[in-house]
Amino acid sequence: MSASHPDPRRLVVVGASLAGLRAVEAARRRGFTGEVVLVGAEDRAPYDRPPLSKAVLATDGPREPPTLRTVLSLRAELGVDLRLGAAATGLDTEARVVLLGEEEVRYDALVIATGAVARTLPGSEGIAGVHTVRTAADAAAVRSALDAGARTVVVGAGFIGSEVASAARARGLPVTVVEAADVPLIRAVGAEAGAVLVDLHRAVGTDLRLGAGVAGLETVRGAGGEDRVAGVRLTDGTTVPADLVVVGIGAAPATGWLRDSGLALHPRDGGVVCDATLWAGAPGVYAAGDLACWPNPLFARHDEDLMRLEHWTSAAEQGALAAVHALGLAEPQPLASVPYFWSDWYGHRLQLVGVAAADEVLRADPGTERPLLLYRRDDRVIGALSIDRPAEIMKYRRLVAARAPWEDALDLAGAGALQPAAAPPSGS
Amino acid sequence: MPRIVVDEHTCEGLGMCEAMAVDYFEVQPEGLVRVLDEQPEPDDVEEVRAAVESCPVMALKLVEA
Repeated sequence: MSASHPDPRRLVVVGASLAGLRAVEAARRRGFTGEVVLVGAEDRAPYDRPPLSKAVLATDGPREPPTLRTVLSLRAELGVDLRLGAAATGLDTEARVVLLGEEEVRYDALVIATGAVARTLPGSEGIAGVHTVRTAADAAAVRSALDAGARTVVVGAGFIGSEVASAARARGLPVTVVEAADVPLIRAVGAEAGAVLVDLHRAVGTDLRLGAGVAGLETVRGAGGEDRVAGVRLTDGTTVPADLVVVGIGAAPATGWLRDSGLALHPRDGGVVCDATLWAGAPGVYAAGDLACWPNPLFARHDEDLMRLEHWTSAAEQGALAAVHALGLAEPQPLASVPYFWSDWYGHRLQLVGVAAADEVLRADPGTERPLLLYRRDDRVIGALSIDRPAEIMKYRRLVAARAPWEDALDLAGAGALQPAAAPPSGS
Repeated sequence: MPRIVVDEHTCEGLGMCEAMAVDYFEVQPEGLVRVLDEQPEPDDVEEVRAAVESCPVMALKLVEA
């Protein structure tokens, strides 16, 4: 079975956020002159999502996220057949059609980029004042509640939740962050860095409850007769009053529409299982962005060691590559990529390059308030996390990309000053 | 010859440009990028273009002179 069509005349991209947009742009830039169809479930032009939990929640920030490319530009400059407000409902890889309800959209080459949806709190459906932060509409609702002075409870001490907590504290509002694990973000950054993050929260008066679960929501009858959140009952029996509850407990690949497609979906989370070139296993079908699981040659120990990233840079990179591969515009190359993300907490810039699943973590900034942690696997540096060191972090990224030896990272950090990272606290 | 232009009001010093084209961009300690050479060599234009397009806040442009 060949991965791409011999003479593709029609590219369909499902998902009109960053990965889908970059797919369309790359196709045109690399000279594809056939038809391009871009399908998006949200009825608006592609927009930038990182600001939804950052600038859009700031008191002096814009209420809307930046548009990545306008409808006019997509249609007139890129010649895209744009289908916004249309959710894909199915895929037939034999007939090579995407289903949009009753409508069938034929493709020669297909890029799947429907992203992920925020996980929700069971039992919170339909309760006013409870939000996730995934879409512009979500962020607008959270912003309004913060501007109105809401007492805020954040469920999940991840990146989104911590950014929401930052926005609340910036207004002087009381905020409680409820986290099930004993250390926040342990899978993403490791236990050592997690302990550093605990300090960031507590230094500004965020009430961080570790090892805590949500038992239920207290509600009152709102002015319009709706059920409105009034508090969060925790598993330790306490109740935290709340006008706003933001649920940040991760996202799941939006692949329900692919269930009967025959494509392999990862048993762990439903992500689309790809090879190293982002090929999804059916002729002409590639995947990109939050839902793509692929063996990243820089980190995979074996072929089943699949990586799935929800980072801005990954979506951009994968979207472009998936389109180029799907259209046969270049010889397929494995995607070797160093994960990178950033997050803004209480005025501090947190940056992580590489991965945190390490044999050893070293704290390379003794005695400073700008933590720098280095991650070693075998004899390589595989990751680095920094707080307020914007000039340094990309230097470590280059080392990770080059599979550089651990000593190179130690040299860059100024060896001799190094010490093992503090052991994480047990419990809270 | 194209020229690199930075919007310093938009730049957040996220560093993707430096990661992609280290000979042309360097994030400074205060968190803004410095362009090391505004005029990419002809052989480097594609690399610089990729770096410009990788900017998460769209603070970079490659302007055709």
